[in-house]
Amino acid sequence: MTTTVTRPGALAASGHPMVRPDAAKHLTDAQVEELGRELDAVRDEILAKRGASDAAYIRRVIKLQRSLEFAGRGTLLFSKYKPAWFAGTAMLSLAKIMENMEIGHNVLHGQWDWMRDPDIHSTTWEWDFVTPARSWQHTHNDLHHRWTNVIGKDRDVGYNLLRMDPDQPWKPFNLGNPLYNAILAPIFEWGIALYDLEIPEYKEGLKSKADMNRDLKAVGVKVVKQFSKDYAATPAVAMLTGSGKQALYGTLAANAIRNFWAHAVIFCGHFPEGTDTFTEEEVDGETRGDWYVRQMIGSANISGSKLMHFMTGNLSHQIEHHCFPDLPSNRYAEVAVKVREICTRYGLPYTTGPLPKQVGSTWAKIFKLALPNRKPKAATA
Amino acid sequence: MIRFKKLARVTAALTTPLTAEDFLALFNPVYSSRQLRGVVTRVVHETEDSATIYFRPGHGWHAHQAGQWARIGVELNGVRQWRSYSLSTAAGHDPAITVKDAGAVSHVLVRDTKPGDVLFLAPPQGDFVLPEHPRSLLMLTAGSGITPVMSMIRTLVPRRPDANVVLINSNSTPETSVFREELDELADQFPNLTVRHWFTSARGRLQFTARTIADLCPDWRSRAAYACGPEGFLDDAEDLWQREAALEQSRTVPDVTTGADTQGVRTGTLTIERFSTDLTAGAGHDGGLVTFEQSDREVQADGDTPLLDIGEDAGVLMPSGCRMGICHSCLIPLRAGAVRDLRSGEVHNTPGQLIQTCVSAAAGPVNLDL
Repeated sequence: MTTTVTRPGALAASGHPMVRPDAAKHLTDAQVEELGRELDAVRDEILAKRGASDAAYIRRVIKLQRSLEFAGRGTLLFSKYKPAWFAGTAMLSLAKIMENMEIGHNVLHGQWDWMRDPDIHSTTWEWDFVTPARSWQHTHNDLHHRWTNVIGKDRDVGYNLLRMDPDQPWKPFNLGNPLYNAILAPIFEWGIALYDLEIPEYKEGLKSKADMNRDLKAVGVKVVKQFSKDYAATPAVAMLTGSGKQALYGTLAANAIRNFWAHAVIFCGHFPEGTDTFTEEEVDGETRGDWYVRQMIGSANISGSKLMHFMTGNLSHQIEHHCFPDLPSNRYAEVAVKVREICTRYGLPYTTGPLPKQVGSTWAKIFKLALPNRKPKAATA
Repeated sequence: MIRFKKLARVTAALTTPLTAEDFLALFNPVYSSRQLRGVVTRVVHETEDSATIYFRPGHGWHAHQAGQWARIGVELNGVRQWRSYSLSTAAGHDPAITVKDAGAVSHVLVRDTKPGDVLFLAPPQGDFVLPEHPRSLLMLTAGSGITPVMSMIRTLVPRRPDANVVLINSNSTPETSVFREELDELADQFPNLTVRHWFTSARGRLQFTARTIADLCPDWRSRAAYACGPEGFLDDAEDLWQREAALEQSRTVPDVTTGADTQGVRTGTLTIERFSTDLTAGAGHDGGLVTFEQSDREVQADGDTPLLDIGEDAGVLMPSGCRMGICHSCLIPLRAGAVRDLRSGEVHNTPGQLIQTCVSAAAGPVNLDL
């Protein structure tokens, strides 16, 4: 029948989950409901403001990124001259970071779909990253953002490789935790491409053979294109000036720099000290307000300058991004002020810190969880 | 062009996942791998509230036939909006649209467009065009309905001395009559064109009776007629031609096709041009009939069940993701009709717009491209 306008999806406006996470135990159902309404209002306020200036912003960023990419790759063609190598590599690294983070990640979230521009749209965008955009959208948008930090549901907790939570059972394999992470960082894009194939799901029978074949084919095509662009075509053209080898080192360096940076930023999103993980009981019966609570206490921000936020693709506003994954990234800074105020008022943790601190905290966890959980003192005594 | 495409294919090895056009767009905005664009070259203000916008289209455009229209996209507060406009220049000339300020999109086009601006385009189309073989014509236009007919007159009259065109052009006043001076000049210069202005401020609404039309054009029955204007004007014209056809029924076997189609409905020898016939009439909280065009299914939906659920229940293979409006995995283009965003209550009804099926419900009849 005709009804009142409601918030969508499977999440109820009122009620409570089977178990409410520890950090939110002190809140009543009514308080969580009110918190949900307040955050909905924050979102609505941005939607009402969103317009021509936001559209101009993303087009400016795309233009800057393409200019940098064009200039960087062009300069690498003369990279037998040292200054050209440094300048070319630097510009290409910056371009790749911007392309993946402030542009690619956010466009693929549908943050700019409201412009109805087929050139800047989540259904048409492909990025300069090995994993095909569609595969990544599935594991990232559908699974990670929906099941954020729920152990057993969100495989982003360690990417099937690292032990990132004490609730994940320890195996001797986990002794290599720090080593695996150190190897992963410079080749991060290849790790993500492999992760997006969902091989464990396939082995567990959760992914069909047809889907697997489709994904393998897509990633195969993408690998060939990405690999030949940076490691064959660019050096080949550079050979005309006798810079072939140097250009190859340049593209290798640019990809490695981008991988290191993306890895560092992304690991700061959910792994630093202070972020929570959740059990399936804690999401069973989750209301819209509880969903917001889980996103806020399961994510961590990075504090810093405007440039810092820009270079992280505004993933430094991870908390805001998880509450409102499809709001345009240039709006997260103003949203953050309100979200932080709401967290303070409701007595919820709001984890943030400068990049070195957050990276350090993440590495500390990686080292700590390489070993089995220490038994509670009472039991060992 | 062929050479450009070959070159683009070679350079794609260096530009993937982008294309050469994406980089060329840094230097010339007309380039795009996905979206036909044009650059505005000249804006001529015709009357107080109308303007002709000339543009240079990019690759992918084809020359228009007189009387055709094109979809034009402009941005309103950052959001791409599409409307259809008739091309008013003669066939074989650079394209231009003539727009009357009558809505949000036309307002921006008339008031804010300047040379150098980028327009988004779709190639010309439409079957409101001149007959293949020359014959006597009667053109009936009202208001901005003159635009496609102006293209026909500009194409035909100066080039074909054997043409014979009578134009009955209805406007409220001489000041609001687009192309009035040019029409009068053409009529002076070329004996094969007769222009009859009808100003409603002085003479009231043009009555479509056999007598009124005969006063303006005595041999109207023998002419191939074209009409373009507001709905009421076209309905009246259609009525007259149908009445005439019914009268002829006693003498001959009728040849009346009354299609429910959108453009170029033929009634006897009358060809009319209308743009609308959208399905938004039923907009309300009541839902409506949802058609999944490619899957060939129809479902009656209420106004508060997401279209994703409706489609899945009907066995349509729906793309889906988070089912709560955040991941944008479920986008499907709207072909026609209206949907309501269940979050904001906002109604979307732009054909071609991508809608989030998991948070959108029918707001009247809906036709989805899936």
